[in-house]
Amino acid sequence: MNELLRLTGQHVLIVAIAVSIAILAGVPLGTFAHRRKRAGGIALRVTDVVQTIPSLAMFGFLIPLPFIGGIGARPAIVALVLYSLLPIVRSTLVGLERVDPFVREAAVAMGMTDRQLLWSVELPLATPAIVAGIRIAAVTAIGVATIAAAVGGGGLGTLIFRGVAMVDTRLILSGALPAALLAIGADLVLTRVERAFARKRGEA
Amino acid sequence: MFGDPGSVVQAKRPGSRNTKSGEAAHNTRVIDYRDVTVTAGANAILDRVSLRIGTGERVAYLGRSGAGKTTALRVINGLVVPSSGELVIDGTPVAGRALPELRRRIGYVMQQPALFPHRSVFDNVATVPRLLGWPEERTRAEAERLLDQLELPAATFAARFPRSLSGGQQQRVAIARALIAAPEILLCDEPFSALDPLIRAELQTLFRDATKERAATTLVFVTHDVREALRIAERVVVFDAGRVVADTSAEAFLTHEHPLVRRFVEA
Repeated sequence: MNELLRLTGQHVLIVAIAVSIAILAGVPLGTFAHRRKRAGGIALRVTDVVQTIPSLAMFGFLIPLPFIGGIGARPAIVALVLYSLLPIVRSTLVGLERVDPFVREAAVAMGMTDRQLLWSVELPLATPAIVAGIRIAAVTAIGVATIAAAVGGGGLGTLIFRGVAMVDTRLILSGALPAALLAIGADLVLTRVERAFARKRGEA
Repeated sequence: MFGDPGSVVQAKRPGSRNTKSGEAAHNTRVIDYRDVTVTAGANAILDRVSLRIGTGERVAYLGRSGAGKTTALRVINGLVVPSSGELVIDGTPVAGRALPELRRRIGYVMQQPALFPHRSVFDNVATVPRLLGWPEERTRAEAERLLDQLELPAATFAARFPRSLSGGQQQRVAIARALIAAPEILLCDEPFSALDPLIRAELQTLFRDATKERAATTLVFVTHDVREALRIAERVVVFDAGRVVADTSAEAFLTHEHPLVRRFVEA
């Protein structure tokens, strides 16, 4: 039981760090993709390709790399950041693109600078979409993080891999079930956050 | 009106083109189109338009769809940049100005209310005052006065969000948002076209009263509706195929001999 708690905590921590980094990188990247269509398209395609790399292979690729790779929590976090980027970049881009062009024009015509337009109109209006992207990233990361145990990243995957090696279904479940519950929990909480942002302007 | 030294030069310019239109005597503050051409691909949307509008004038741009009237409006606040020629306000070309500062002094109302959906009615109306750095009390007092005048009592409406308002109510908020900082120029692009006829008439009256009270505000109002043009403006400029084909006082409009004007009048 003690070990289960420790591994769950580790799991949550790895995912939280990775998703936070992905938000800090992904929202600006999505904003950039919206302003510079061409460069943005390239960035989006790169994150797209990253998303298609099987997760076990990704961890394998990271092992020989200096600084970001190796064994342990660090390559696990790096891999999760890479996987989380796509949904966050894409949802930021989609959220910004969905801003009513007339609303944007009104803001410009009233004398907002580019920066004011972004911070006081575009990003607030894109927030529900961005939160939706964060939700998808978090749920995905919680699942993918179980594989991080293969490179010594710790987390609930440790129990799963141990169970597989020992052909012990109960041990596998003791890792898989909490991971599934974490994913469901994250989904519920972030769905509420999303709704709260929408409700604030009378949409829900 | 923008405290520009260039306006002196402007006033001395002889042979102003619009003497026939009954331009205001104090024509030092003007919107001045100098051979403005706007092209899109091979098409000229505006074709060498020259036109002057004096301070406090109430001008309607009338024309059919695609005549260029909206583009003529949008070059004033720099939303459209002329391909050649220039649009001069107070003696300084729009092209040479810092657009955000210029635009804070130019009100703009479109056919779509385009309110900020994430902001309350009050916060929508407070947009330009906040950009200009007004003290909050002044913004609040002015917003309440204006909302009351437009028959949207602040006590009931200030805290509401745009989505809970009808189209006509939203458009009134848009008008309040454009008028609150007492803009020197007010640009309107068919603001009532999307509304049903009864509400349109009601809003035309409210709008006319609210803008007439601000005599220093120069009004440019785009419409394809003759009755609306004559109700709101004192001067009518008729656009066709990117050119000004008639420029007349509202009184003289009904008897103007240009064939397109005749068709508008007889329609």
